[in-house]
Amino acid sequence: MEKQTYSRRFFLTTSSLLATFAFIPESVKAFYSNVKKLVIRPKEELRFLVTINKKKYRINADSRTTLLDLVREQLQLTGTKKGCDHGQCGACTVHVDGQRVLSCLTLAAMVQDKNVTTIEGLADGDKLHPMQQAFIECDGFQCGYCTPGQIMSAVACVNEGHTGSVEEIKEFMSGNLCRCGAYNGIVESIQKVAR
Amino acid sequence: MRPFTLSKPSTISQAVSGKNEAVRYIAGGTNLLDLMKKHISEPDALLDVTTLLSDTVQSAPKGIRIGAMVRNSVAASNSDIRSGFPLVAKAILAGASPQIRNMASMGGNLLQRTRCPYFYDITMPCNKRKPGSGCGAKDGENRMSAVVGYSEHCVAVHPSDLCIALAALDASVIVTGKDQKAIAIPFKDFHRLPGSTPEKDNNLPENAIITSIDIPANAFNKNYAYLKVRDRDSYAFALVSVAAALQLDGLRIREARLASGGVAHKPWRWYEAEQFLKGKEATQATFSQAADIVIKEIKPLSNNGFKLPMLKGAIEVALQNCLTA
Ligand SMILES: Cc1cc2nc3c(=O)[nH]c(=O)nc-3n(C[C@H](O)[C@H](O)[C@H](O)COP(=O)(O)OP(=O)(O)OC[C@H]3O[C@@H](n4cnc5c(N)ncnc54)[C@H](O)[C@@H]3O)c2cc1C
Ligand code: SF4
Ligand code: FES
Ligand code: FES
Repeated sequence: MEKQTYSRRFFLTTSSLLATFAFIPESVKAFYSNVKKLVIRPKEELRFLVTINKKKYRINADSRTTLLDLVREQLQLTGTKKGCDHGQCGACTVHVDGQRVLSCLTLAAMVQDKNVTTIEGLADGDKLHPMQQAFIECDGFQCGYCTPGQIMSAVACVNEGHTGSVEEIKEFMSGNLCRCGAYNGIVESIQKVAR
Repeated sequence: MRPFTLSKPSTISQAVSGKNEAVRYIAGGTNLLDLMKKHISEPDALLDVTTLLSDTVQSAPKGIRIGAMVRNSVAASNSDIRSGFPLVAKAILAGASPQIRNMASMGGNLLQRTRCPYFYDITMPCNKRKPGSGCGAKDGENRMSAVVGYSEHCVAVHPSDLCIALAALDASVIVTGKDQKAIAIPFKDFHRLPGSTPEKDNNLPENAIITSIDIPANAFNKNYAYLKVRDRDSYAFALVSVAAALQLDGLRIREARLASGGVAHKPWRWYEAEQFLKGKEATQATFSQAADIVIKEIKPLSNNGFKLPMLKGAIEVALQNCLTA
């Protein structure tokens, strides 16, 4: 096997280049970072308070952070799922002031002063929410990925009173897709709780 | 997304003076954030108008005023809208999903952008997104595209359901511009045809803000229908949709309104068919003749010829449904 060797010339050129970089005056570096700022916008850090599952959090986040990324990535509330990130699947459904919304299309900084509930906030200590219990009893899920969103939506569907018929339930649950096709169990769960 | 600043103007005048080409208002965010994630819209700054604009519905004898920040779901369940303007509630409920309707504002709904697949894919040519780059849909994937009022530069359709009802009911859009003056724009002039400038969806003055939507009092609250035909039963944009409303004297049609979504760059009124229906008897035969007048106007593209029989059927059924509403 050939042994890797470095020539004297290679050593001299690289080390002098490195030395030159190290001695670039601060002013030049500052100029470079200013030019960079012109080309690439610096991120905007925001500080705000949010209330999630009755708990207050002091947040320090990029203005671009969605409510979904905030709960999952910063607060480790990973029950809420990211399906499409574009409003097309309902996996990220949470409640804001009691209304079901999509957390992937909500900016985290826009829910200050509001009460957010995620799937983690539904149970009462060790006691499951009736809808969670119903999903277990009625086979309301298979792989479980869409389930937190389904349950948040189902709770809202009952609260809104859209449970008059199977058709009505289906229409008002149409914002939550299930790739496993657990729809019949989901409808049954909702009927069970609505009764 | 590109980084942006986020602020909350406290007056309308502050909002319009802080607005320029690189700044966007954000209401429900359901369209804007989607477009920002896809790098189709890249504002430097967002102005949060959620607490600035009215979120109330005011009813008066001459009509109703719906605040721009009223959420779509709130409008659809508002009792004054349901009794006086039920076509509006129907159209809203045919759109999007309960979660999105809880977020979407009335003002934002008017300004949502097309769902043309080329517009949404930044690697594709699209005159609306990048003027001069060409129209991918014209000779490409255009089954969802327009059948009337399009140009060689753009064949996209406006995706809103709400707007079809507002067009049928001659609503107007109240806006405040840079000059701080409030003006009313008639709904038929609010959205525009693509012509050679498809990058402009509407005639909202540059940087102006929508403050409310007015609908004049009318007698179209008894015999009305909103019919939406789509690829799946719910949570999909329209292939074609029809808003129909009749004022009847017994069986005689005193006044008719007929508008469609999924057919043009703007909510489309079928004026000629409306004129034809006036004074006729409300029968299956009359409705069928009205539908024939409608389809005379349309010119399908390479992949959406199916919209012709679909539209004919939808118009007939919607008019028929007005009688049983
Ligand atoms: C998966 C999905 C499915 C959908 N299906 C349907 C459907 O079937 N039918 C349908 O009709 N719609 C549908 N929609 C679209 C939805 O209705 C719109 O996204 C919504 O109405 C936009 O309102 P918003 O308040 O969220 O607007 P935003 O996203 O906040 O704003 C949209 C635009 O309007 C501007 N804007 C907002 N408010 C004002 C104001 N007051 N004055 C001036 N400018 C303003 C913003 O700057 C932005 O450019 C769907 C959306 C999604 C994501
Ligand atoms: S139809 Fe309009 S939106 Fe679609 S590709 Fe052509 S120019 Fe773009
Ligand atoms: S992740 Fe929000 S709707 Fe799919
Ligand atoms: S249970 Fe698997 S996606 Fe719904």
